[in-house]
Amino acid sequence: MRRTLPIFIVLAVLLVAIAAVNPYFLEPPAFLAFVKRAAPLVILAAGQYFVIVSGEFDLSVGSLVTAEVVIAARLIDGSAEATWPVLGLMLVLGLLAGLVNGVVTTLLRVPSFITTLGMLLILSGAVFLWTGGAPRGALSAQFRELGRGSLGPVPWSVLILVVAGAVAIWVMRSDFGHTLVAAGDNDRAAALSGVRVARVRTVAFMISGLAAAVAAILLGGFAGVSAQVGVGLEFQAITAVVLGGVALGGGRGSVVAAMAGAFTLEALFTLLNLYGISGALEPAVQGVIIIAAVALGAVSLPRRRAAAS
Amino acid sequence: MRFSSRRILVSAALAGLMAAMAACTTDSPAPSTAASPQASAAESSGSGTGAQSKFFVQTDYDAQMAMRSAQPAGPEGKPWEQTIDANLVETAKYKKDGPYHLCFSNAAVNNPWRQVGLKTMQAEVGLHKEISKFTMLDAEGKDDKQISDIAELQGKGCDALIVSPNTTATLTPAVAGACPKLPVIVFDRGVQTDCPVTFIKPIGGYAFGAEAAEFLVTKVPAGGKILALRILPGVDVLETRWSAAKIAFDKSDLDVVGVEFTDGDAAKTKSIVGDYIQRYGKIDGVWMDAGATAVAAVEAFEDAGVPVPPINGEDQEDFLQKWSDAKLTAVAPTYPTYQWRTPIIAALKVLKGEQVPKMWNLPQPTVTQENLATYLKPGMPPLHYALCGCEDLPGYPEKWGGKP
Repeated sequence: MRRTLPIFIVLAVLLVAIAAVNPYFLEPPAFLAFVKRAAPLVILAAGQYFVIVSGEFDLSVGSLVTAEVVIAARLIDGSAEATWPVLGLMLVLGLLAGLVNGVVTTLLRVPSFITTLGMLLILSGAVFLWTGGAPRGALSAQFRELGRGSLGPVPWSVLILVVAGAVAIWVMRSDFGHTLVAAGDNDRAAALSGVRVARVRTVAFMISGLAAAVAAILLGGFAGVSAQVGVGLEFQAITAVVLGGVALGGGRGSVVAAMAGAFTLEALFTLLNLYGISGALEPAVQGVIIIAAVALGAVSLPRRRAAAS
Repeated sequence: MRFSSRRILVSAALAGLMAAMAACTTDSPAPSTAASPQASAAESSGSGTGAQSKFFVQTDYDAQMAMRSAQPAGPEGKPWEQTIDANLVETAKYKKDGPYHLCFSNAAVNNPWRQVGLKTMQAEVGLHKEISKFTMLDAEGKDDKQISDIAELQGKGCDALIVSPNTTATLTPAVAGACPKLPVIVFDRGVQTDCPVTFIKPIGGYAFGAEAAEFLVTKVPAGGKILALRILPGVDVLETRWSAAKIAFDKSDLDVVGVEFTDGDAAKTKSIVGDYIQRYGKIDGVWMDAGATAVAAVEAFEDAGVPVPPINGEDQEDFLQKWSDAKLTAVAPTYPTYQWRTPIIAALKVLKGEQVPKMWNLPQPTVTQENLATYLKPGMPPLHYALCGCEDLPGYPEKWGGKP
């Protein structure tokens, strides 16, 4: 809990700062719109958290999102009947990409940085080859509804986010969550005490792939087909997780803080936009956050250990 | 136009970093920089458009404004063969007997505009029996690859070389090097040398930007709040569009409340427009420098539950469809893809020794409420460009992804 507190303070400060510029922001419709916009990144960050806390990385989620949206548009091609089967197929594809990442990383012992970087390149190359940079087809109105529409005043994406968040918290409180953290903290010790490290990590990659599929459904719904929809999302998700105080290398951090990190990043982007600061600054801000968060983690770590002993 | 987005992103990121460093060295908070809509509203003529672009060239602007009202010469109904203000040059020295081998160095095929264009060009090649061979090399958006592509094509026995340059300045020496060896035809973006036999382009960016801005000036009541959406700063072909719009807005009573960059990203466009609707309560008009994210901008108004104000897009089918379905007050200036037919026609004219215009200015039509039905083609893919001039070509509409 002590580790998760700082991110909530930062988030609160940013929300107040946004409200100071735009008082309307804290009214329900505007705030729900903000949550709706943040939902895909928060879900991706939750997925990324599982991989990072188990001691690995998943760099493939951004291009997986793009691939999913482009494939969905081509298969649906505006037809209402195709919507639900394709939604199911997207979830399966996400799980499958995660399975491949996990198996290659754990069984073939390729470092996950390389495995998922390779997956990123393969997926973005395949999408480019298939579309030539201009996606074909269209998403149906039914598909778009999940990212655009709402149930009464509450957007569907907010409801999906609540469910996904609850599931993520529940999973981390289960036995699986504990073994996952143990595998990330010290995989040898975990293996010796009976944790099937390879299997646990593979499942973590599959959860990340599933999160990418859900994010793709929300993003495609929000703004329609685009071959750029997922660009840079993997780094945003990793930044969000790191911002939430989750240790790169695994073993420490909470999924709630990772999701709060995603909200914080989105709030920061909103604030930059409100102040009219160019979007080109966003990657730079992310870079500073990643380096600063990891550096701060390394600095505070020995002190904490000393205090504990 | 169309550019290598990755390279531009990198340079934009660098520019952003520098801006950040510059901001750090002063005590003034970031909101006081010119990028802020509130701050820039106080500058210049009070219309919120900021300073004029450093890419602005008055003579080019004047020339394009004149061409907008000029009557193009050439066959009726075939705008890709028409010219405005043609200054014909002799090509007798290039005359040779067929069959011909045409070569094409293409900047990239990485966006829908270039895809539609390339398919149109290939179909045009198919029309001419005297073309025995057509060789294309795709530079994939890289200057260095295009430079070596142009060199490589010179050794392939081409009778004429068509170049669509990736960037203007960097490709100039490569084109200049090819000119003495064979007739060179340049289109879309230009080069800084007059050695090509002909340079083919639509009227240009100033005409595009002015067309959209003047539409808003007539449709939006005085004092109305305008949001201008641009893709990226610093790209010549996009800067001209904005600088012409700026002139039109500065002359008007409209209030430009924001000039924002979208990176051509639909989700970002939607978020920005949503933010502005929240902040100002009402936006009375939207100006865009390119149409790819126009539908996203329209959806932002729909999702906010407010009427869609007058807006401009481009001739992509998704926007035209939305325009028709939602009964928008809209206009669509174009940068027509039919210009991809012209280089083939020009190359054959040159090889047959017929005169061609030194500067081949193609007409640049605008889609309006009156002619919308002509350009709206429901069977075509959403990202298809209506002004492809490809309806009479063999293989239409399947080759362009349409349903028969």
